[in-house]
Amino acid sequence: MKILVPVKRVVDYNVKVRVKSDGTGVETAGVKMSMNPFDEIAVEEAVRLKEKGVATEIIAVSMGVAQCGETIRTALAMGADRGILVETDADLQPLAVAKMLKVLVDREQPTLVVMGKQAIDDDMNATGQMLAALLGWAQGTFASKVAIEGDKATVTREIDGGLETVALKLPAVVTTDLRLNEPRYASLPNIMKARKKPIETIKPADLGVDPAPRLTVIKVAEPPKRQAGKKVGSVAELVAKLKTEAKVI
Amino acid sequence: MDTVEPVAREAPACLDHPAFRPEHVMLRDQLRRFVETEIKPVAAAWENKGSVPREVLRRMGALGFLGIRYEEAHGGAALDTLATAILAEELGRSTYGGFAITVLVHTDMASPHLANGGTEAQRARWMPGIIAGEIITAVAVTEPDAGSDVAGMRTSARRDGDDYLLNGTKMYITNGVLADLVFVAARTDPQAKGSRGISIFAVERGTPGFSVGRALDKQGWRSSDTAELVFDDCRVAAANRLGAENRGFYAIMRNFQNERIVLGAQAMGEAQAMIALALDWVRQRRAFGATLWEKQAIRQRLAMLSARVAAARQLVYHAAWLDSLGHDCTLQVSQVKALCGELVNEVAYACQQFHGGMGYLRESAIERMVRDARVQSIGGGATEVMLEEVAKRLG
Repeated sequence: MKILVPVKRVVDYNVKVRVKSDGTGVETAGVKMSMNPFDEIAVEEAVRLKEKGVATEIIAVSMGVAQCGETIRTALAMGADRGILVETDADLQPLAVAKMLKVLVDREQPTLVVMGKQAIDDDMNATGQMLAALLGWAQGTFASKVAIEGDKATVTREIDGGLETVALKLPAVVTTDLRLNEPRYASLPNIMKARKKPIETIKPADLGVDPAPRLTVIKVAEPPKRQAGKKVGSVAELVAKLKTEAKVI
Repeated sequence: MDTVEPVAREAPACLDHPAFRPEHVMLRDQLRRFVETEIKPVAAAWENKGSVPREVLRRMGALGFLGIRYEEAHGGAALDTLATAILAEELGRSTYGGFAITVLVHTDMASPHLANGGTEAQRARWMPGIIAGEIITAVAVTEPDAGSDVAGMRTSARRDGDDYLLNGTKMYITNGVLADLVFVAARTDPQAKGSRGISIFAVERGTPGFSVGRALDKQGWRSSDTAELVFDDCRVAAANRLGAENRGFYAIMRNFQNERIVLGAQAMGEAQAMIALALDWVRQRRAFGATLWEKQAIRQRLAMLSARVAAARQLVYHAAWLDSLGHDCTLQVSQVKALCGELVNEVAYACQQFHGGMGYLRESAIERMVRDARVQSIGGGATEVMLEEVAKRLG
């Protein structure tokens, strides 16, 4: 079976993100970019399924500027077999991405799409669900465990207050949570081998999708600065301050 | 009016240096993650123990970090000097100089003698184990009375049938205790003057007559083992001689170039880590009603140090790039070693100063890094020796 893994290029999780001075977004010029960590987990899960003999081919897909090819290359170094880059300078939002992924799924006919539950840049947590809806497929989101048997997937989901296990009929979309696995390192020999794996580059128009954004960002602002803590002398003083200053009780 | 079309430029793989390719960037990413997650949380114990666990080296071998430039047939990646510089820089950023040098002596100071000077049979015998991290290597050139001045070497190798008999003492040998295979320089022609008449031998641990005199106690690089090695009628098969007899000096000189690029890169990795540590500290440490960061005297000194480190780092990359193209870059490499060895100490001094009392405590990373930095202007070609190499080439 084929697995399709969408991977997003985002600001590296180690970077201290700065809001642009004009409030239109966050600064990405000269900033280190990496694969969305949840997508790394998705790639790892796909590679493990291939190593177990469940999957036969892993296709990594990324959408966005030309440098998204590097993100695909990272997935190839981890063990994906080939890549598809949908190259566009457009500001991509979840619905447009889901629509383009749907066309790619129709074309590639994977049995499973494994992807991050959300990207750490905009934290939308929407694309996987939208894709499942557009395809009419089952979905198992926030997966912390995935088991495939025959035409069924058993997915353990991390939900508020506990774990929920769902049985899905394949084909299905699975979105990954943090505890699903620990992504492997790309070994240097595999990094070198990845250079020779194929990446197909196409445009949104080739998929018949207009990626123009439907949502408008009005303003991006820094969260308020954390105030310095205060030491209190007694419980009574604490309660008083919680009432009069913090106004939480 | 005609407009001039801008020259089309290919986007660089990253903004550090135009010669970096995507595989360099990916290697750096993997190394950084490895150092952050597998080294920094646990390496403090290695400082006390005095050595790096072998399983760490095997793990690095499995990830291909120990065979960056070696042939693919033996498990290497056949990459270039720029990739080596990235390795050294990222290991330097670990804040554990002793860990970094344990690896770098193996990959870039010892094993190149075999990779460059060994026959196909010799390479096939040892290189796969070296690249996998199963066979750890050391290089033994320095003696109690001969360091950068190789010509003063006294250790001898006397031909005896199909063997050589090695006699002498080697000093300051990094990985001397840990190593399974030591590349030993010895005089094969006692009549030859100066640097002539030296050959290199691969000597395996356990060879009769080869022993570790003592483990040496150092100011810094505590997690790196350093030893005195003793050869007492140590019988080594002629098949273990690397390269032509009496030509060892040239192999040593060639290898010094690589070693010095690596040490420069390691030093600049350390310098970057120290500036980052100092930044974290001064942004939260308060004195006289404000954070230290709010004092111009401090933040401007940090700013200037960051500029000097950025410049030195580019010189490291430049030398590595020239080397990767096969150009002679003795001038640039000597400049790198002299500059970076001194600069890392200036950065260390200033960053410890900015840490105040905390920087004097053994529990702070900067305290360790100050001790580790000191050797960077001494080992692998002291600043004074390097400056003479530079001066000679100023024309």
